[in-house]
Amino acid sequence: MQIFTCPFCGPREEAEFHFAAEAGKHRPQPAEETSDADWADYLYFNDAPRGPAREVWVHVTCGEFFVMTRDTVTREVSDVAPLPGRTA
Amino acid sequence: MTGWRHDNAGSCIDRDRPVSFTFDGAELAGFTGDTLASALLASGVRVLGRSFKYHRPRGLWGMGGEEPNAIFDITEDGVTTPNIRATTEPLREGMALRSVNTAPDAARDRAGALDMLSRFLPAGFYYKTFMTPGWMRWEPMIRRMAGLGRLDPGHRPPADTPQTNGRCDLLVIGAGPAGLAAARAAARAGREVWLVDEADEIGGSLRWRGGEIDGGDWREFARDTRHAVSAAGGRVLTGTTLWGAFDHGLFAAWERRTGAPDRHWRIRARDTVLAAGAIERPLWFANNDLPGIMSAEAALHYLALHGAVAGRRILLATGNDASYPVAAALAGAGCTVTLADARATTPDPPEGVTVLKDARITRARGRPSVMAAAVGGRRIEADTILVSGGYTPSVHLHCQAGGKLDWNAKADSLVPRPDTSPLHVAGAANGSFGLARALEEGHAAGGGTGPAPQVAAGDWTLGAMRPDPALPGRQWVDPQNDVTLKDVRIAAQEGYRSVEHLKRYTTLGMATDQGRSANFAGLAAMAALTGRSIPETGTTTYRPPFSPVPLGVIAGPRRGDLFNAPRRLSLEALHRAQGAEFREYGGWLRPAAYGRGEEAEHAQAEARAARDTVGIYDASPLGKIEVIGPGAADLLDYCGYVRLSTLEPGRARYGFMLNETGIVHDDGVVFRLAADRFIVSASSSHATSVRMMLEEARQDIFDPRQSYIHDVTAGFVTLTVTGPAARGLLRAAGIPEAVLDDATMPHMSVTETTWNGHALRVARVSFTGDRSYELTVAARHGAALHAALDAARAEVDGRWIGMEAVMILRAEKGFILVGKDTDGLTMPHDLGWTGPRDKRTDEYLGRRALFTPEANRDDRRQLVGLEIAGDTPLPTGAHLVPPEGARRSLGFVTSSYFSPTLDRPVALALLEGGRARIGQEVGVFHMGETALARVCPACALDPKWERLHA
Repeated sequence: MQIFTCPFCGPREEAEFHFAAEAGKHRPQPAEETSDADWADYLYFNDAPRGPAREVWVHVTCGEFFVMTRDTVTREVSDVAPLPGRTA
Repeated sequence: MTGWRHDNAGSCIDRDRPVSFTFDGAELAGFTGDTLASALLASGVRVLGRSFKYHRPRGLWGMGGEEPNAIFDITEDGVTTPNIRATTEPLREGMALRSVNTAPDAARDRAGALDMLSRFLPAGFYYKTFMTPGWMRWEPMIRRMAGLGRLDPGHRPPADTPQTNGRCDLLVIGAGPAGLAAARAAARAGREVWLVDEADEIGGSLRWRGGEIDGGDWREFARDTRHAVSAAGGRVLTGTTLWGAFDHGLFAAWERRTGAPDRHWRIRARDTVLAAGAIERPLWFANNDLPGIMSAEAALHYLALHGAVAGRRILLATGNDASYPVAAALAGAGCTVTLADARATTPDPPEGVTVLKDARITRARGRPSVMAAAVGGRRIEADTILVSGGYTPSVHLHCQAGGKLDWNAKADSLVPRPDTSPLHVAGAANGSFGLARALEEGHAAGGGTGPAPQVAAGDWTLGAMRPDPALPGRQWVDPQNDVTLKDVRIAAQEGYRSVEHLKRYTTLGMATDQGRSANFAGLAAMAALTGRSIPETGTTTYRPPFSPVPLGVIAGPRRGDLFNAPRRLSLEALHRAQGAEFREYGGWLRPAAYGRGEEAEHAQAEARAARDTVGIYDASPLGKIEVIGPGAADLLDYCGYVRLSTLEPGRARYGFMLNETGIVHDDGVVFRLAADRFIVSASSSHATSVRMMLEEARQDIFDPRQSYIHDVTAGFVTLTVTGPAARGLLRAAGIPEAVLDDATMPHMSVTETTWNGHALRVARVSFTGDRSYELTVAARHGAALHAALDAARAEVDGRWIGMEAVMILRAEKGFILVGKDTDGLTMPHDLGWTGPRDKRTDEYLGRRALFTPEANRDDRRQLVGLEIAGDTPLPTGAHLVPPEGARRSLGFVTSSYFSPTLDRPVALALLEGGRARIGQEVGVFHMGETALARVCPACALDPKWERLHA
């Protein structure tokens, strides 16, 4: 059971968190001018890196989304931060 | 019958407290302090069970979790627990032991004849032979013969194991010499130490090997350690198996307690020392699986702790110094001991022990148990053969935590590679054998300063012992699963050379000892057969649990009703008082119908009453997600399929929430109470996920300071009144008249008023197609509302209706349940809701995906209704097929009920190109039969929607 640190609440067990998205993956805008292939790419293709990964997670108990940098092999969490433009 | 009880040896048993028990029906006796294994050994019972495949007789091998043979079904107080390991279970008065894999008992097993067929049953035999005509045909027969113990279907162990979290500075796993030294050093430095050991007492191998530490008896050292740990605020957990190492330093431990339920620990430690010791390896020679062949270390263990002696004429075959004290102790106990050492250079013979140098055992003889052995071509009479093939460090937890292994030639074993796991490994678990090195490493691992505890004893040396595939006769590698060296050779020949493949092909190491007795030999043999070194051959993966743990311990109270506990209505007691039978709907426990007996009949009567007069149902689980603030309308426009910013305050609108792939995630009504205040009435099972989707958009796409989302579902009670007499009922209950006026409260409107001195929200929405009112009050006023409606319902001949009736009412109208009448491919236009897709020009969640080639296919599955002849509703889930020609699935029945109002069955279905098929016939395939149905619009009742205003 991993321990993640919510930037708003502090360290909690992983059962309180859900994965939300890959960080830095932008919704193509304007969507209607995006090709079918690019839209499918946005929807279905994720990097799933082996090693360091930046991800958006949500602390379900407080409802806040945040960015977590963690290593998918060692499970080490190196950084947590609020979404860009927000402060904890 | 060769084991016996020594007159005075045995530090753990209480000779004043005898205990009687039975084994396969025979009355036997032991003492308090015995394990099942020691009591059986002292009683002279040799054949304790049968092997899995050939049903060969099996006797006691070890002293702990490595025991592959002595496994019993144990009946106590009328309850049978299967597959208990005799070496770790304390003896209690009246226990009835039954051997496994045997019929009628271990000594006279009928299937023993299978052993004569063994040359026809090599590795892979079952896989290859029983594929024709199909494994399923053979499986029941094979399963009856295999499979260890028998489950007692009446046995429901209590779900009473507390789950307790623990924290400490240093967790020390194993309380042998290395663990004691580590714990003492750390505790003396003021650290909070938890010292955990599987045995009931601390000391590890010191308990049977003894020893002097710092000039005193080891027991003083152990006592001193225990005091130091307690003084520093730590704890000593004995009888506790640390069974798993998990992510981020979480350890799980199973504490066995007497007089209280066992306890399951979740321990997080700042640092961890693994001092789990090592397990003795067997030796490999012909018939090395005979009862009476035992681990040398185990023999010393039983002699020292229980006074149980393995035999009288003992041959001890070894290749290391650690066996010499064993031989000395047995000779001292009165046994005739011959020690056959495979090495040319040996220590001095202990007193009374005959030592043969350069002597290898090649065969054991005897039936059903040991009578003699062949050593270097010479016959040696012996009733017991003790063996030691070296030691395998217990590295399991290091590997579970991600650690790697290195080959250590001096220890002749794979040892933890430093710094590859967060655990500090010390002592025999690190391949550092002998008391002095264990103390030294433990002391260092505990952060000890100054000299380590001192001992006089010297280092051990050991010679590498390996299986010799060239030796004639069957040599067992895995005694429980009957894997022989020949099977390893077959696996190598057939290309299963990776240890993971070897394991799966031969079942090597898959027995209940998890390979403790078998894996090293299998690995060494495969290395020899393929010309590789042992580190090149590799090891199998170590996974939790370290040793078998009852599932009930891990589950704790999360069983039965508490496994996935449903949410409860705040008015549940009132519904029960009216005879409601409850069932789970979308994670909530709700009334299915009112009254005992046939639920379906009650549901029919309730549905008819709701159409004729009025029905009342508890709709509290409906999501109530408040979206508040100046940005609320924009946020909801983006998150919804239907625009909501154009909704007037006081009005309600039905819509969908899609996910980014355009699939319908939920449907429901949104109320606008004020310009900046909405309530999203998500369906009960989707309220949580809808809230998270709203939150994600709010925080990621919009300015989060402009809106706020608040799920208040649990804070309110909602009772829905539906039917032509709904207004009459509300009037009788004293609901304000203004609410009942169709001019101020038309269909799809909402208002906040007061009733009975408290806030009441009334919404005119309908899930039944009839005039309906949803009445919502704060949960604490729910009972008052319930009482008022209940008193008023008599005047209009209304009744409470359960969810089964509601399901009928909504299906008659073609109203869907997302997830029942839709699946993971359903888009809103498949349900007939094409408006926003055609007309909206602003961006919204899921919009882009509604315009892909896939979304535009004209053979998409669309919602339709089905009409059939006769009175029997279609089976839900039945596939729709072309009425003639080749059969293929065109979709399936999603909802199906008998409608009491229409007096015929109604059904909803998802059907390929469904709307274009309206009026046509379609086949309904079920249980091999195809019936015919006519495709019709989803709405079967009141298609002109006149009842809404009745």
